[in-house]
Amino acid sequence: MRLFENTAFQIKEKILSREICPVELTEHFIERIKNIDPHVQSFLSIHEAEALKKAAQIQKKIENAEDVGFLAGIPIAIKDNICTKGLHTTCASKILKNFIPPYDAFVIKRLKERDAIILGKTNLDEFAMGSSTENSAYNITRNPWNLDYVPGGSSGGSAAAVAAGMSVMALGSDTGGSVRQPAALCGVVGVKPTYGRVSRFGLIAFGSSLDQIGTFTRDVKDAALLLQAIAGHDSYDSTSMPISVPDYLSEIDAGVCGLRIGIPKEYFAAGLNEDVQNALKSALSMYEQFGAKVIDISLPHTEYAVAVYYIVANAEASSNLARYDGVRYGYRTSKSNGIVDMYCRTRSEGFGNEVKRRIMLGNYALSSGYYDAYYLKASKVRNLIKKDFDLAFQNIDCIVCPTSPVPGFKIGERAKNPLEMYLSDIYTIPANLAGIPGISLPCGFSKEGLPIGMQILGKHFEEKKLLQIAYAFERETDFHGKKPILKFSSAQRG
Amino acid sequence: MEYEVVIGLETHAELATVTKLFCGCSTRFGSEPNTQVCPVCLGMPGVLPVMNRKAFEYALKSAIALNCKICEFTNFDRKSYYYPDLPKNYQISQNYHNLGIDGYMDISVQGRGNRVRIHNVHLEEEAGKLIHPEEAGADYSLVDFNRAGIPLLEIVSYPDMRNVTEVESYMQTLRKILLYTEVSDCKMQEGSLRFEASISLRKKGADTLGNRVEIKNLNSMKSVLKAIDYEAKRQANSLDRGEPIDRETRLWDEVNEKSARMRSKEEAQDYRYFPEPDLLPVVIGGKWIDAVKMTMPELPLARKQRFMEVFKLSDYDTGQLVEEKILADFFEDCIKIVDRPKAFCNWITNDLLREVNERKLDIHHLPVRPKQMAALVEIIEKGTISSTIAKEVFSEMIQTGKDPQAIIEEKKLAQISDEGLIEALIVKIISGNPAVIEDYKKGKKNALTFLVGLVMKETKGKANPKMVNELLQKKIDV
Repeated sequence: MRLFENTAFQIKEKILSREICPVELTEHFIERIKNIDPHVQSFLSIHEAEALKKAAQIQKKIENAEDVGFLAGIPIAIKDNICTKGLHTTCASKILKNFIPPYDAFVIKRLKERDAIILGKTNLDEFAMGSSTENSAYNITRNPWNLDYVPGGSSGGSAAAVAAGMSVMALGSDTGGSVRQPAALCGVVGVKPTYGRVSRFGLIAFGSSLDQIGTFTRDVKDAALLLQAIAGHDSYDSTSMPISVPDYLSEIDAGVCGLRIGIPKEYFAAGLNEDVQNALKSALSMYEQFGAKVIDISLPHTEYAVAVYYIVANAEASSNLARYDGVRYGYRTSKSNGIVDMYCRTRSEGFGNEVKRRIMLGNYALSSGYYDAYYLKASKVRNLIKKDFDLAFQNIDCIVCPTSPVPGFKIGERAKNPLEMYLSDIYTIPANLAGIPGISLPCGFSKEGLPIGMQILGKHFEEKKLLQIAYAFERETDFHGKKPILKFSSAQRG
Repeated sequence: MEYEVVIGLETHAELATVTKLFCGCSTRFGSEPNTQVCPVCLGMPGVLPVMNRKAFEYALKSAIALNCKICEFTNFDRKSYYYPDLPKNYQISQNYHNLGIDGYMDISVQGRGNRVRIHNVHLEEEAGKLIHPEEAGADYSLVDFNRAGIPLLEIVSYPDMRNVTEVESYMQTLRKILLYTEVSDCKMQEGSLRFEASISLRKKGADTLGNRVEIKNLNSMKSVLKAIDYEAKRQANSLDRGEPIDRETRLWDEVNEKSARMRSKEEAQDYRYFPEPDLLPVVIGGKWIDAVKMTMPELPLARKQRFMEVFKLSDYDTGQLVEEKILADFFEDCIKIVDRPKAFCNWITNDLLREVNERKLDIHHLPVRPKQMAALVEIIEKGTISSTIAKEVFSEMIQTGKDPQAIIEEKKLAQISDEGLIEALIVKIISGNPAVIEDYKKGKKNALTFLVGLVMKETKGKANPKMVNELLQKKIDV
């Protein structure tokens, strides 16, 4: 196995046994990014100097036999909507092109304390609005499994970086599936924790009641390790829950014997790709072999989830993005006539089309006379969706379903049709509306050779159980072990 | 035509917390621009608000003091509008579940009680401040965010006031309540207490309300009253001419003493309120309300009544005492030392207030302590000094902060009560003024007063006037 294909656990072992040193390892990954990323375009910025400096510090600690954090020397990539002190954080938007936050996000502080090496910031759909990473103001990230395909989104840069071996782990954010869907499309493990499990402080807000920072890793154990590092209460985020974090690894191999797995019929309806359906079917029969009980369930309000989501998320986004006005930071138009003109030009020039579309939709839904019919109604239906899950979880331990209705789609294929793009998240959105945790892990391949993701959803704050269930499948299969063979042609360069 | 003026007030009071509503920045007034700011109050990307518990409790206390129903389940809403002094371009405020609703405040107008209903009391964040450069032709403005995020209490009254006298009483009473509950310093000159008025006119006896006009930019209580007068006249003139009143917002021009349209109803902002997802709802249990009630001080009206009953003071005197909490507290501290309510009341409402006003002192830093005040009253009671000398001593106390006893000794101001000494003086005066004695004996009674005055003059006012009077009378009548 090549070094860049190692899991975090393998790297951790090699570093602690001094088989490799953090500086060499960091150099190795930086080198790999420089070679590969011109084709994949995962990264918006590479923090070479900072990463090497941190690696040298850790190396020194190890040489002096000092204590190191449990992520010591492990390279990680960060979605560029998570604030990093002193380093550009752009949200893949022109409006934040030169924005350098004077503070670290809570999760970044945690990663630094645990001695992880931050390699750089990854591409996303502008302000995390999209499912393909095509809405970035800077790059179009490609799927390492087939460079003509999208990596999913909005955390496509992070997913592709891990899949292509340019980072061992990565952080993303998941508002309607933005971690799980790209994880599925890129063949890696993606976790969206319970709303309130990980602090949102320093995550640039899209839909505040839905946003949650999540993880990308090569396997489930790495996911447990990374989640362990970032989970927990933060007094700077009122919505983060002041409850203790269990040891995610301690019983990860507990298996699924006797567990009850719910299969929502609404998630296996028309429109589901045949390859995805078959992969899920075989995964479920494996679970039955492992001793789990598979039960048909219904989540009757599923059909409203996408509509509810695009009202709630956009309403919140329209308000969250109001601060980008050119007054205090970020992009400001070069010429304007008065304050209102300055606002209009700055925002017209600074935001991309999808962001503008969502701001308009959101403002509309909140407008006087429409609030009750849209936002308030959506909030009520959101509660019904939540109740669907609460009711279902009275009889089952988890839900298993596809992450994405299709194994993937080509760059440009859906870009012209926002509605079609919005349906990419049909299976992931309900978890965000309900605030429950979800994990996506590789469970097969399509005829074209694209990875397929299986989604497992659980009760609030039961990430530990989800990881156990995921691991029970992973340890008996090798889908996660398959690596993409990067095929570059000169046409795809640059 | 005769109209009835209908007035409601919106009040904003900055709460007297040490730190801002959603971050740890200082709320101190008057610092260099943008020195009390952080990523949270600057609305930078990715930051989140965290509620200041003290601010919330101050708001709760105010709502209770204003007899509001406390919302068991309260939450915050985003109020969206674009303005450069508003960092997030939305203000975290309350709209759907205000902290307190349906309260009232009793005011007193020319000795008569009157009740103004309170529509709601809620908590929100303060905006920053725009600084417009003075240079001619400047094409920019500056923003100072020191104020941004200071907790702000909004108190909305019903349109229950009918004239400026009631409005003035409402403002004064509200100010007193906020000072008594110690939730705000209510310094209007620093902008920590501000009013906006809404005014409508209707025919005398009509029971429907006319279109209301809101007046902003009122920087003092005086301008509130002036603006209301102006607006009532403006509306009356319009109505007399048969012109309808537009629902609009007007800005008061302090210099020219008139108002001008800021925006019409059509231009009214759509604030697009929706629940703030970054803050959790607050559930206010009965226990919490009880705990806050325990910290509730006696409010001005109750205190006034108690002063009248217990200390037998007049309506006017007690009114003056409770006007400033600090004075009423001072009075009570004095009473605890010496039980002479009337004497202290006079000293405080006449002399102390006069000195404070003349010397332009800060009432919150009184130059005398209750102990010193009480000592002075005791010295007068004992007859050591006359009340005239006492005024001199008091003035000296204010100036130097010294104890009255020390001043009396230093300046040898003690009253002369030595009978022999006074008698000797009287003999001297009588022998030196035979003509006056003649007048007196002819029945000119005020000749005696003249002679008393001479004795007092001779002793620089230190002779015990009662003794002088008695001894003089005795000597002349002999």
